[in-house]
Amino acid sequence: MPIIETKNLTYTYLTGTKPAFEDVTLEIDKGEFIVLTGPSGCGKTTLCRCFNGLIPHFYSGKLEGEIYVSNLKVIEHPIHELARHVGMVFQNPENQLFALSVEKDVAFGLENLGISREEMRERVDWALKMTGIYELKDRAPYELSGGQQQRVAIASVLAMQPEIIVLDEPTSFLDPVGAKNIFEVINKLNKDLGITIILVEHRLDLTSKYASRVMIMDKGRIVLDGLPKEILNSEEARLIGVGIPKVTRLYQILRNKGVPLNRVPLSAEEATRDLLEVLRI
Amino acid sequence: MSMFNGFKFRSVNSTIHKMDPRAKFIYVCVMFAVAVMFSQLIPLLVLFIIQTPLVFVARVQKEWLRSMKGAAGFAAIIFLMNVLSLYFYGNYESLSAILERSLALTLRFMVLIESFSVFFLTTSPDLLGLALEQSHVPYELCFAFTTAVRFVPVLAEEAQTIMDAQKARGLELEGGSFVKKIRNYIPILIPLIVNAIRRSLELAETMESRAWGATQNRTNLYVLRMGRKDLLLMLFSFIVLAVSAYVSWNVQIPNITYLLNI
Amino acid sequence: MIKIQDVFFTYPNGVEALRGVNLEIQDGEFLAIMGQNGAGKTTLVKHINGLLKPTKGTVMVDGVDTTKVSVATLAKKVGFVFQNPDHQLFSETVEEEISFALRNFGFSESAIKERVNWALNLLDLAEYRKVSPFMLSGGERKRVALASVLAWDPKIVILDEPTIGQDSQQKERLRQFILQLNHLGKTVIIVTHDVEFVAECKSQVVLMSQGKIIAHGSAKKVLTNLEVVTQASVVLPQISQLFANLKNISFPTEVIDVNEAADILLGKLGDSQ
Repeated sequence: MPIIETKNLTYTYLTGTKPAFEDVTLEIDKGEFIVLTGPSGCGKTTLCRCFNGLIPHFYSGKLEGEIYVSNLKVIEHPIHELARHVGMVFQNPENQLFALSVEKDVAFGLENLGISREEMRERVDWALKMTGIYELKDRAPYELSGGQQQRVAIASVLAMQPEIIVLDEPTSFLDPVGAKNIFEVINKLNKDLGITIILVEHRLDLTSKYASRVMIMDKGRIVLDGLPKEILNSEEARLIGVGIPKVTRLYQILRNKGVPLNRVPLSAEEATRDLLEVLRI
Repeated sequence: MSMFNGFKFRSVNSTIHKMDPRAKFIYVCVMFAVAVMFSQLIPLLVLFIIQTPLVFVARVQKEWLRSMKGAAGFAAIIFLMNVLSLYFYGNYESLSAILERSLALTLRFMVLIESFSVFFLTTSPDLLGLALEQSHVPYELCFAFTTAVRFVPVLAEEAQTIMDAQKARGLELEGGSFVKKIRNYIPILIPLIVNAIRRSLELAETMESRAWGATQNRTNLYVLRMGRKDLLLMLFSFIVLAVSAYVSWNVQIPNITYLLNI
Repeated sequence: MIKIQDVFFTYPNGVEALRGVNLEIQDGEFLAIMGQNGAGKTTLVKHINGLLKPTKGTVMVDGVDTTKVSVATLAKKVGFVFQNPDHQLFSETVEEEISFALRNFGFSESAIKERVNWALNLLDLAEYRKVSPFMLSGGERKRVALASVLAWDPKIVILDEPTIGQDSQQKERLRQFILQLNHLGKTVIIVTHDVEFVAECKSQVVLMSQGKIIAHGSAKKVLTNLEVVTQASVVLPQISQLFANLKNISFPTEVIDVNEAADILLGKLGDSQ
């Protein structure tokens, strides 16, 4: 039973003249790590908003087709119920923190759900430790770096113990080191806790090595969907203009010139290993 | 702007800071009530002086002095207006009586500033928000309050960035006629407002995504419990209130003017 | 020429953002200022158009001391495009937005008309002339902000984090646009932490860390220097990472370009066969 299932999903914003995305049919299984990418305006951000019910409950507009998340029919359940199953992390770290201390922010969702104080305390401490920010628990959000703020946002979502976490370009405002840290945290949540991850990103060089599946959208449709190495190595991906990792591009050039490389590298480590093999021959 | 620093929370590890905001608020209200009860100089002077030790216990003297300095301007105006109105429309015997009376009314204003200043300097906004929640103020209002306080430094920085961006396009903010000055602030205000609206939309999305509105019975990570010191403060406040009420009803308080036979 | 001499800068809240910076930027240079968030990059470039004045040291732009003139005067020469276009946009139409600075600088009405047309065409915005900037998409708003700064043809252009939130096609278009500006003779300074973008731009690079410049040279030299790159909390471009791993087998290490990398590898593989 897939954890997310959509059938011919189409959505048009209230002020839109054409659909933001159309005819999206997909199945996502529990525990997958999906990287969703595509050029600006392809509809990936809008699609994400459907997974936790922001569309259609927060954004009016026309939603056609079907979407089920954690066996719940999204149009029939309010956002606050879906929030128990799907957590969402947004692009701007600053606008996801309301409280005057980190731990109060992490508790926010649990307070909304009416969880008891004892259980809240446990879950907050657990979420803070999982994201590596336990020492920051009494600090004010204003004092934190962008990367730290995003980790607070992730912890706040994690505390609600959802089965799925959707992240919409969470590292846009972070520098590469901050971004790497965030991806490591997300990967840990997926590999250690089995949380299904849907990560919308442009930084494929940093994220594709963690993904079990890559989906590329273009002009409102899903045009490529499959294993990272296959998708990022494909001609279509290059034509759409998605930023494939440089080592993958290098691999393509060398292959064209007849170098016997059998595996598609997505990271510098993989490329090093493959090239060393070929050089030893 | 520096006057407002006298009302901005400053984190210090003092007894006053740790006290329950509700107890402190009751104390402030009592001071207010008592200040209004008297219009003679002596009791108001007493009221002003008995609060000053609190300032030192809370170790916020520097900031408190700022609020006093800032209020001095208003105080001078109040003093002058009272002197003038009493001189022309009152029926007082001597100039010194008029001066005394005006001083008393000015001091009443200063007493209020003093207590509010101490209150805000020693009460962190999140504890204040919590106090509001536990006093059964609707959660939406408490949330709006704490969120607003949280974003004040963010908005201040954004305003500065917008000013820089427009200055870099040749906008001159200084000089020029009054009308021109107002017009020059449009390129600052519009982006500020537009961004504030965008920001609230993003905040709303996040709130919804964290189960806002899931239940009416919202719980809280922290809880405020009144301690002994808080109860003592409240007791002290009520005693002051009671004594002041008695005195103001039954005792004829002499004027300094009269005492000194001026 | 921009001359930054022994500049120290401390913010009013006490944070020491620049601790002795010395830098000379020649006319027509293309420079990327890189470093972690908080290293002092944006603080430094804000000194070039006078938004910030040094606590110690001097900044001279074409022989003029920035503390002696207003920001508006310096702005005529130094165009500054801020990171978030929404911090600038306020007009009713794109046309008015672009005219704003021109009016501030006292251009004549006919000159304004001409410059607006030029800017609209340069940034591909002609169809949006009468549209409200608030109705445009994120990428389009960025172009409007850029157009409104280029309109008065400043000889120095500073772009603060221009690649944030951009997809790779947008970045490629931006890169080509920047090169075009540089070819027109403008001095272009970009503040960024995007190493792959700078590796493609092949500009001069200044690396900053904790308020100081720790490296200055070509992208090739600086971005492949593991020691300074680590110190600045920046990452190596992927291709450079690969060659850093291969350096024990006598591979050159100053490689940042994919095509150059392919040539070197093919050469080595050809030799070993």
